[in-house]
Amino acid sequence: MTPTTTKTRRYRRRAGLVAVALLLVAGVAAACGGGPASASDPTITLYNAQHEQTTNALIAAFTKQTGIKVRVDNNSEDVLTAQIEQEGNRSPADVVYTENSNWLQQLDDRGLLAKVDAATLANVPTADSATNGDWVGVSARVSGMVYNPSKVSAAQLPKSVLDLADPRWKGKIELAPAETDFWPIVSSVARAKGNAATLAWLKGLKANAGTGDNVPDNETLTRDVNQGTTDLAIVNQYYVYRLQAEVGRGSIHAKTAYFAPHDPGYVEDISGAAVLKSSTHQAAAQKFLAFLTSDAGQSIIVHSESFEYPIHPGVAANPELPPLSHLQPTSFTPAELGTGLDAKTLLQQAGLI
Amino acid sequence: MTNIPMTDIQTDVPREAQRTPILVAPPRRHRRWRHQEGQSRAVVAASAIIALALLLPLALLALDARDAGWGEIHQVLFRERSLFLLRHTLVLSALVMILAAVLGVASAWCTERCQLPARRLWTMLLVLPVSIPDFVVGYAWHSIAPTMNGLLAATLVMTLGTYPLVYLPVAAALRRANPVLEDTAHSLGKGRFVTFSRVALPLIRTAVLGGCVLVVLTVISEYGAFEILRYQTFTTEIFTEFQFDPQAAGALSVPLVLLGLLMLGIDGMLPRRTVSSTVSAAPRRARGPVRWRWSVAPMVLALGALVVLGVGMPIGTLGYWMAQSQHTTLPAATTLTSATWTTLSYSAWGAAIAVVTALPVAMMTFRRTTAPRVILDRVTYITRAVPGVVIALSLVFLATRYAYGLYQTSVLLVVAYAILHFPLALVCVKTSVAQASARLFDVGRSLGASPVAVFCRVALPLLAPGLLAGFCLVFLTAVTELTATLVLVPIGVQTLATQFWAYQSEVAYGAAAPYGLVIVVLAAVPGTLLGLWFDRERHTRVSLT
Repeated sequence: MTPTTTKTRRYRRRAGLVAVALLLVAGVAAACGGGPASASDPTITLYNAQHEQTTNALIAAFTKQTGIKVRVDNNSEDVLTAQIEQEGNRSPADVVYTENSNWLQQLDDRGLLAKVDAATLANVPTADSATNGDWVGVSARVSGMVYNPSKVSAAQLPKSVLDLADPRWKGKIELAPAETDFWPIVSSVARAKGNAATLAWLKGLKANAGTGDNVPDNETLTRDVNQGTTDLAIVNQYYVYRLQAEVGRGSIHAKTAYFAPHDPGYVEDISGAAVLKSSTHQAAAQKFLAFLTSDAGQSIIVHSESFEYPIHPGVAANPELPPLSHLQPTSFTPAELGTGLDAKTLLQQAGLI
Repeated sequence: MTNIPMTDIQTDVPREAQRTPILVAPPRRHRRWRHQEGQSRAVVAASAIIALALLLPLALLALDARDAGWGEIHQVLFRERSLFLLRHTLVLSALVMILAAVLGVASAWCTERCQLPARRLWTMLLVLPVSIPDFVVGYAWHSIAPTMNGLLAATLVMTLGTYPLVYLPVAAALRRANPVLEDTAHSLGKGRFVTFSRVALPLIRTAVLGGCVLVVLTVISEYGAFEILRYQTFTTEIFTEFQFDPQAAGALSVPLVLLGLLMLGIDGMLPRRTVSSTVSAAPRRARGPVRWRWSVAPMVLALGALVVLGVGMPIGTLGYWMAQSQHTTLPAATTLTSATWTTLSYSAWGAAIAVVTALPVAMMTFRRTTAPRVILDRVTYITRAVPGVVIALSLVFLATRYAYGLYQTSVLLVVAYAILHFPLALVCVKTSVAQASARLFDVGRSLGASPVAVFCRVALPLLAPGLLAGFCLVFLTAVTELTATLVLVPIGVQTLATQFWAYQSEVAYGAAAPYGLVIVVLAAVPGTLLGLWFDRERHTRVSLT
């Protein structure tokens, strides 16, 4: 055997070993990857930003009624919106269901949403859906405050959300600016008072919140108020009820309150859903939207742990909640909220996000 | 994310081997090695491909940032808040580094230089915090004391989580250094303090600094603990920004990557092999059973307190929340089982890929150390300086732009684990390769054995401990990984970390606890194995590279 052949052989063997290793890696890759669902599969994919338990109850009833299965990706609405934008027309999502309408509007502005069936749109008041009919409203939520009565009395509560920037509240509030529920309030204040005043207000809030200016979410805010870590926080009306459902009535010290009628911080938000233009299951996806806005779907929302308001006429809200007709939010419509991106810029300028 | 130090353990060539020339590594450019140029070129080529793959995230990041546009980058990066985040990141890193160094050196001194009873048990307990993810430690403290927030809380949690990164290399260095030097200083009338600062400290300086670099790298890439403790750093900000604008998040990670590379650079400049051979080859003191003496009582109390805070507190809290919660709010056993299985298989695949790809790179610098080879070798460590979230973001960018078939599949997450933890695998594999003398393979071949037989009967037994250690290390780090997992986990799939995080975020502490506990158990097994492996080595050298 000449040295040359030995060398070549060894080279080949070594190359062979490397190839085996690469094949192994490729095999791992192939074994790990789940293939996409086949077209005949009656399963739709839902990108869900609404409370998981409620959505699961809705899905179970929907599947029972129609036989259509639903695969869910639970995440916050900002993440899901960014995800759909990144995925573009190859998105695996068929339906997207968000807590606030501005994210649906953002997707619609990028031309990613399909028209909602007229019959579905007719299930809810016209003002609660997109003006062009590209997304449909599902439920309503109202922003207010949660406060701890042992720290601050009902009489001492601020009349306006703008008052919370007053140094009087220094060290007594906490904020969750990365929580998207806060954004429509910022947009509402900006519409009422202008950008400069809103920025000054946000900086005041930040100063008052101190180290509590970046609490991760509303659940944490509510819990902090309940255990007296802080006096007061801005959250939607249902968080105290949700905490109560989790820890029991006996452990609830926090209370919900609203700002003065028509205050810019007193906002009715619409949670909505839409079908993606790229969906390959348009008919099944439209059925899901129809179910969400139907009597059956709205009743599930009423009796769930979400404590949001149904918007289908004739379906009564959870009796624990004050009736929606008794509340006097500011006249700030989903159309005026739009994509709500002005809020993001203002929050960035204030250094809150 | 909990890190464990990359441990480059070089056991000195056995003494018998030193006397037998045939087993000693040959001179570099011996003529007999010529015929192996071909296969060696293949190894270099494979290493080059691997190095390129490891550099990919950084290249993708640059592309991603370019796509975001200068306007967006300017808006998120060049503002007052960035300075605030930078200050937060640096102040915390400095505090944690100093405290972890003090704790790490002090505890290593206790286990290596003092007559401590049950020394091996202490070693295992002191190393155990690396198996407990920092986000679980953060949760433990915050859920028990909700007002524990901000800088002090973050410092406490990170110090308790990272001191083993200093402890491990320093303990190894002390074990290697000859205690005779210290005894001599003593006998010359020098006190304990002078002996420590003038004799021992110079010997462990490199180990301490290397450990500090690891601590800083861990602190700058941590997300979960800071989110819970409401201490904002660049990593928490990247996550927030990722929610609204994934591309701008890429831009935000540039300062972090630079900081990481700076740390890597510092580590690269640390002198290695400074201990002279006479010192390192010194016999170790015989270690008989240690009798209890009252003089070590304060030390036992101090170490006990450290273990109670670092290990007892988080595990106790997990148990407390499990006992507290109603049976209905605890997760169903099936969910827990499936999440456990997912975590196990993803981590195992990631570890396997990392170890297999580390093999050619480890072999590359084994026989020859030319400049290109050394550069390739160093390049593969770069991912160590890049936080998990950044790697994950770059892979999302890659999949959505160029390889959509991989998007939302587990492949991406497994690849992320392999890339992220590749350097950990490499240092372990390198150790074994360094211990296995090249001549042994050639002797096997010259005796007529086929390459396959040589590989199975000579190479594999020699390399096995290093491969296994590398696997354990990557596996343990992947099990406790949170940030890349959160970004890359496919739709509808839950791992232990993502489920823990989801429940923890909803303030459902009881429901989160079982997931945290399983993570700790899964990570503690390889963690303990590694700890024992470490302790067994006679002469060990621990460093980042």
